[in-house]
Amino acid sequence: MRRLLRTLLLLPLLALSLPAAAQVPFGQASAVKEGLEIGASTSEIAITSDFRGADLTIFGALTNADELFLAIGQYDVVVTLEGPKDYATVRKKERVFGIWMNTEGMTFEQVPESYSLASTRMIDTIDEAPSLNNIGVGIDHLALNPVGYIPDSGMIGEFRDAYRRLKLSNGLYQRDTSGVRFVSSSLFRASLKLPANIPDGMHMVRAYLFKSGELINQREMPLRVVKTGIEQAITDAAHDRPLAYGFLCVLIAVITGWGASIVFRKD
Amino acid sequence: MTVYLPIAELSVNIFIILGMGAAVGFLSGMFGVGGGFLITPLLIFYNIPPVVAVATGANQVVASSISGAITHFRRGTLDMKLGSVLLVGGLAGATAGVWVFSWLRRLGQLDLFISILYVVLLGSIGALMLQESLRALRRAKNSQPLPVKRPGQHNWVHRLPLKMRFKKSKIYLSAIPIVGLGFGIGVLTSIMGVGGGFIMVPAMIYLLRIPTNVVVGTSLFQIIFVTAYTTMVQAATNYSVDIVLATILMVAGVIGAQYGVRVGQKLRGEQLRALLALLVLAVGIRLAIGLIVTPDDVYSVAVGGMSY
Repeated sequence: MRRLLRTLLLLPLLALSLPAAAQVPFGQASAVKEGLEIGASTSEIAITSDFRGADLTIFGALTNADELFLAIGQYDVVVTLEGPKDYATVRKKERVFGIWMNTEGMTFEQVPESYSLASTRMIDTIDEAPSLNNIGVGIDHLALNPVGYIPDSGMIGEFRDAYRRLKLSNGLYQRDTSGVRFVSSSLFRASLKLPANIPDGMHMVRAYLFKSGELINQREMPLRVVKTGIEQAITDAAHDRPLAYGFLCVLIAVITGWGASIVFRKD
Repeated sequence: MTVYLPIAELSVNIFIILGMGAAVGFLSGMFGVGGGFLITPLLIFYNIPPVVAVATGANQVVASSISGAITHFRRGTLDMKLGSVLLVGGLAGATAGVWVFSWLRRLGQLDLFISILYVVLLGSIGALMLQESLRALRRAKNSQPLPVKRPGQHNWVHRLPLKMRFKKSKIYLSAIPIVGLGFGIGVLTSIMGVGGGFIMVPAMIYLLRIPTNVVVGTSLFQIIFVTAYTTMVQAATNYSVDIVLATILMVAGVIGAQYGVRVGQKLRGEQLRALLALLVLAVGIRLAIGLIVTPDDVYSVAVGGMSY
């Protein structure tokens, strides 16, 4: 409905300002499909433990863009950075005999650990919710499928909302509704925010091109986030060689305790 | 100056951690306890995840118990045979404890369980100790003689089968209550990150009637091996031992302990015990408040580990 309205509003506007364009029948798809290209200066980001967050700039270009549609801002670009996917469990506390304890929980399957979004404008004004849900673009439209059977469907909505709210508040999910800007008629620049607590692993940059609220093209590009430094080496050791790591912890304790008893010996 | 804890995944002020380690080390030296039951709740108050606080606490106890055990070994106040029987139970208990720990973590009830266990244990032990030390203080004031202890007196424990002879302790005792005690302490070590000396020592004296002179050394012997074992198992199953946090705590702790010992020698025993009892109660009450106060957010999110 909204799209239809917009088209209706556009018609007189077009006739007034661009008489030359009248030769191109409006609403008819041009013979050549619009193309979308994206690029970044790096395919790998190395971060250290004192990383406080940064911006990642993605450049992109529209090819074969319809000048007319460009001029009236009918092209919208959404760029997202999706972190590695994993299960996520949301738990809810309730007061039981005066004590707050986790009583209910819901596990969502394979959701991105981090999600950063930049767009030319509010995502919900670009397209309608059902089709955004379909392609899974936008924090409110990411697929959050609970694991197992949930008898009460009202609960699913409640836990989904809680999940999104928690992720937004700890900075792992971010959105910038003016993060994509056209630097020329066909060249755009997207600034994605990388949170300080960004998980390492394979991330995916995805760019979506919408024309009059219709997804017409998309591109994706992998981006590896690698944590470096002594702290990451420790984390890796703890997970890859846990027994040696545990042994080292005990050894340090023995040396510290024994050393102190020698250093502070009285006799 | 902040330092990043790789396993706890957060940045902390190094001076606060050093101060915590030194303060707990001081108290452990002063009162002759391992300090695990103080360090773990303190770390939890400082927003270290309980999973990491417990496993790292166990690691810290290894360091704080070792010099005491060496001293007792040199003096010959350590019964190796009795310690080994305790250790058999301790290792089994620690294994069972880590299993329960992982299971509770999967259920999302671990943090609550740790807190409740601490509240119950610290509350009851703190109350008992306070009562006992106040009675002793009153008695000292009225200069009444101490009631004579009768270590030769037998109770139900001494009627159990599977008796063993412990030469050093000069006792003839069933292995069942010793292994059982070791097991219980082992479970506490892996779930709470404590050495368990504050339970083991009274249990050995009053329940098993083991002569007081070997009790502390023998319990330290058991504590070192069980906490070391727990550290290894926690590292292998839950990846929750933070080596950076543990090292800072241990270094500060062993230095603090040296000064604590000196102060402890100047204070009188019953005054010392009353102070420790008040401290134990305060930590327990602080944890209890955390359970009752409405949380900022009733929802929480945990990533991963849920593969059905």
